Amino acid sequence: MEITTKHLTYYRRKATNVIMLSFSFIAAIITIVPLFLVFYYTVKEGATYLNLDFFTKLPTPIGEPGGGMVNAIVGTLILIGIGGGIGIPVGMLSGIYLSEFGKNKFGALVRFLADVMSGIPSIVVGVVAYTLVVLPMKHFSALAGGVALAILMIPTITRTTEEMIKLVPHSYREAGLALGISKWKTSLFIVLKTAWKGIATGILLGLARAAGETAPLLFTALGNRFWSTNIFRPIASLTVFIYEYSKAPFKDWNEQAWTAALVLIMLISVLSLVFKFITRSKY
Amino acid sequence: MESVLEIQERQKNLSVVPAAVQSSLSNNFVPVSDNHKIVARDINAYFGKVQALRNVSLSIPENSVVAIIGPSGCGKSTFLRSINRMHEIIPGSRITGSLTLDRKDIYQMDAVMVRKRIGMVFQKPNPFPTMSIFDNVAAGLKMNGMRKKARLKEVVEKSLRQAALWDEVKDSLSKSGISLSGGQQQRLCIARTLAVSPEVILMDEPASALDPISTSKIEELIYELKKQYTIVIVTHNMQQAARVSDFTAFFYLGSLIEYDETKTMFTSPRLKRTEDYITGRFG
Repeated sequence: MEITTKHLTYYRRKATNVIMLSFSFIAAIITIVPLFLVFYYTVKEGATYLNLDFFTKLPTPIGEPGGGMVNAIVGTLILIGIGGGIGIPVGMLSGIYLSEFGKNKFGALVRFLADVMSGIPSIVVGVVAYTLVVLPMKHFSALAGGVALAILMIPTITRTTEEMIKLVPHSYREAGLALGISKWKTSLFIVLKTAWKGIATGILLGLARAAGETAPLLFTALGNRFWSTNIFRPIASLTVFIYEYSKAPFKDWNEQAWTAALVLIMLISVLSLVFKFITRSKY
Repeated sequence: MESVLEIQERQKNLSVVPAAVQSSLSNNFVPVSDNHKIVARDINAYFGKVQALRNVSLSIPENSVVAIIGPSGCGKSTFLRSINRMHEIIPGSRITGSLTLDRKDIYQMDAVMVRKRIGMVFQKPNPFPTMSIFDNVAAGLKMNGMRKKARLKEVVEKSLRQAALWDEVKDSLSKSGISLSGGQQQRLCIARTLAVSPEVILMDEPASALDPISTSKIEELIYELKKQYTIVIVTHNMQQAARVSDFTAFFYLGSLIEYDETKTMFTSPRLKRTEDYITGRFG
């Protein structure tokens, strides 16, 4: 009798285990499949125009075949550069502020606003950058686009920085202080250094998200069919090109839009590899 | 290197206090004297509304080892942390009374300077995880502006030798500090503290997270270090207090109950409560 009950519970546990394992496996597959499909289609459709010209030549006039998107590739890099140049320091410093001195009402307010801001539609951020930069300058510019991307990045970087610093055990801070190292040096060279890897991941996520944004660039950086690296002038970007080329009634433009998408994915992958390399741990 | 057996033998000799040493008649120990290295008078310490120390007055003679014993929550660690001003980094903490180092008021000095002169070793080994063994020892000097490589090397070797760790790590100085065993990590933390050449070393249960062999190494180290430094050690281990210290202070419920030469404390304490605690009848 006892043996039977033991066996029943045993088989029931076994079965539950198998069922739960299959569910989580299926869920994992469902997560991965769209990613693979996106990657597969982009490679399949975009491979046609993926050649040296795409990386070295400017877009050709309508009807003329060939050409490339060197201006958009450089433009996207410049936009991420401006966005990161503003967004990383502001985001990191406010994250440090929140973790070190943010245990008050002002800190709670900043934290709350950062959370709300990370949920704001990016097109709204575009409108903000339009009002802040485009209207006073009276024309579109790379700078305006960069500001829009920075505003998008800041909440992610702020909150990751804060969370990562909070994860550093208090004992390291105490060890630093007990060695006669001043508070700011302990925060910077011990606590921040320990949290650096996690913070870098947050920065990377922010940069990658910014690199893939179209909406906030439409009425800030606008887009440009010609070569321009002037940050006070409209500038081309891969995402805006994808947007315009994919809705155009020309087959070669549609195909180039796929290539632009592929290049964008490659760009973000390279960026992420570079980050991994820079932040790799020595041990 | 000594064998385990030799260490155990030495411990046996140290731990058995001969009953004949009842020298209370010839005892002319003064618990508070201005000639001592550190003098605490009427220390009251608070965490918010909770009072952790009540009118504690005691002084610590130079080049001696003072053990602080008492049940959990009796204020041992708080007293230790008030000596190098680590108490005040806890939000809501407060302290009154006078504490002097070489007759100078510790609370009138710069906290960073105090901590350079009074080093601290914590209960749990806490080497900086992002730094190598070398950098861990050099951290205190480096972050206070020491740049000369040769001098750093010299100090690191000297400190590691003093902490009896040099022979074990001399070939792997560039390895991570946290790759060492627990006992080695704690000796690394001691080396790190020694590197900034303090005058006093505070140890907060330095061996409570370690195995018996590592513990005996730390105890031997304390015995060696006493020649150059003044040491205050908090311990839960009565035998340890008896083995390593010259003087013992017994704390209970935030008050100093009895403070005397260790041999007197462990053979003929004046108070019944001290005797009860030492013999394990409570606490």
